[in-house]
Amino acid sequence: MAEKILELENVKTHFPVYSGFILKHQTGTVKAVDGVNLHLEKGEALGLVGESGCGKSTLARSITQLIPPTDGVIQFKDKTLNDLSSEQLKKVRTDLQMIFQDPYASLNPRMTVFDTLAEPLIAHNRTKRKNTSQEVSTLMEKVGLSPRLMRKYPHEFSGGQRQRIAIARALALNPSIIVADEPVSALDVSIQAQILNLLSKLRKEFDLSIIFIAHDLSVVKHISDRIAVMYLGKIVEIGDAIDIIENPRHPYTQALVSAIPVPDPEREKARKRTVLLGDPPSPINPPSGCSFHPRCLYATEECAKITPALAPTGKNHSAACIRIDEIGNPSAP
Amino acid sequence: MPLLTVENLKTSFHTRDGIVKAVDSVSFSIERGETLGIVGESGSGKSVTCYSLLGLIPQPPGKIESGTAIFDGTDLLQDSSTELRSIRGKRISMIFQDPMTSLNPYLRVSDQLIEPLIIHEKISRKEALQKAIASLNEVGIQDASKRIHFYPHEFSGGMRQRVMIAMALITRPELLIADEPTTALDVTVQAQILELIKKLQKEHNMAVIFITHDLGVVAGLCDRVQVMYAGRIVESSHTPNIYYNTRHPYTESLQKSIPSLQPKGKNLFTIPGLPPDLSKIMEGCPFAPRCPQVVEKCHQTPIALQPVADDHYSACLRVQNSEILT
Repeated sequence: MAEKILELENVKTHFPVYSGFILKHQTGTVKAVDGVNLHLEKGEALGLVGESGCGKSTLARSITQLIPPTDGVIQFKDKTLNDLSSEQLKKVRTDLQMIFQDPYASLNPRMTVFDTLAEPLIAHNRTKRKNTSQEVSTLMEKVGLSPRLMRKYPHEFSGGQRQRIAIARALALNPSIIVADEPVSALDVSIQAQILNLLSKLRKEFDLSIIFIAHDLSVVKHISDRIAVMYLGKIVEIGDAIDIIENPRHPYTQALVSAIPVPDPEREKARKRTVLLGDPPSPINPPSGCSFHPRCLYATEECAKITPALAPTGKNHSAACIRIDEIGNPSAP
Repeated sequence: MPLLTVENLKTSFHTRDGIVKAVDSVSFSIERGETLGIVGESGSGKSVTCYSLLGLIPQPPGKIESGTAIFDGTDLLQDSSTELRSIRGKRISMIFQDPMTSLNPYLRVSDQLIEPLIIHEKISRKEALQKAIASLNEVGIQDASKRIHFYPHEFSGGMRQRVMIAMALITRPELLIADEPTTALDVTVQAQILELIKKLQKEHNMAVIFITHDLGVVAGLCDRVQVMYAGRIVESSHTPNIYYNTRHPYTESLQKSIPSLQPKGKNLFTIPGLPPDLSKIMEGCPFAPRCPQVVEKCHQTPIALQPVADDHYSACLRVQNSEILT
């Protein structure tokens, strides 16, 4: 078994909700991430999927300590991230980088590409002043940008090119883990493919471990070795990428898979779609028992009472549903 | 006779950096009850085409240079704004991409829903409210008589898009233009909204123009598809033809780059380069610089959409000359 590079143990990130103006008091808690256990092996790509509001971005930010988790342990290599001082954290962050969703918002509009890419190198004393320009050129070439564009500002680039700059910035300090939060959802299909290819290439080149967050299962399938499906702050199913797509066990994953539109008119006509009813419930006041039960096609009275835990359902495959054996896999041929 | 016939539509924007030809010589038609998909990447002119039809292009900087759009006997592009107003919002409705910004946050949903009825049908507020509640029920909002008095922020994204659909359909339009109505939504909610549009279209026998960048969404929904690139239609046909008998290299490349169609592990197919700058003058085919099948003459000869098979149109020079299949 490969070496574990990152391990999450019962990670919880809760946000207090206040109401009142003069008599301000806490009236509830948003359980954005609620008890996540996860590990990432060296060189592995883990996909994290779920609807908006399920806590996937909060989890990403908790891993990078941008939003420190309220409970649980995050073990990165030999360090426990929770109890590091900000000085120590700064060192660890060189090894743990993030790419954000919106390349229009994540780059400073007043900094040229050179400034953006040189900043991490200078801040961490990774370069001598006279070599900086050389190192920035190398970085730009790695992500497929011409170094001639070094003195340009973000607004002069297209969305795909900006995302390349963001990737270059994440790679500048040679990290071992990259957390990519929906890096392609704001891009067009043809550009999406370019960025996905770039990420796969860099992953091999730099021996990166990647946590890849997306709401689109077909994108995640492409880049990930394993996929974890999140619903309302919890992981409901996790397993090998192909296995999750072809043989989903949890009713929620099954609905997600069936909701992907297939670009093929014949198959699209023949397909029976399980359309989920309603919207995801509020994480302030999640339903009792299994939080998916109000939208689940197979829910029984039991489901409202018992909170299911992740249990193995096959090789490298676990799901959190108490009726898994009765449900089987309706989408299987 | 088609419900809407668009001929030779040209829309451009006069900006400081030059004239951007956002839509260039676009012609198409749509029959009653038909669903037409317009597919293309951002900046391909698919939204501007539809905005032009409804007079939603800000002029200046925009300018409709030429063209006609005959909707049931009247030309939408020539009409006075008074006449246009009696068609727009009543016989032609539109749904926009982002339900978060297309509803007025200061007004209750009820006020926004009855507005088109009061303007176009001259009925009392009370009657209008009854109709509005019925239409909310129709789009699957439970407890409509109570929730109609909510403000937009009290609805989730999917629910807001349902409100938008209810608002668009309340005057029983003959043509619905849906501009990427599901792009901002989750896959599960997208599936709900697509089913809803399909159902309502059948019930009202309405024509739908569905603008999207997602070839997957089009496959299950549309009767006809036209693919746009750099402001022009490059291919147009019945849906199965577009997928199984592709006759334009751009359409083919676009399909190949969809992740779900490709086996895992392999490198994804990509179209090299970027879409062209529309403010530059292009002599030949706008796709030529990125085309895998390009030959010398593609750069010089102007393109035109021509029939290449029965009810199948392509703007590729080499396909028209039968030099290549796709």
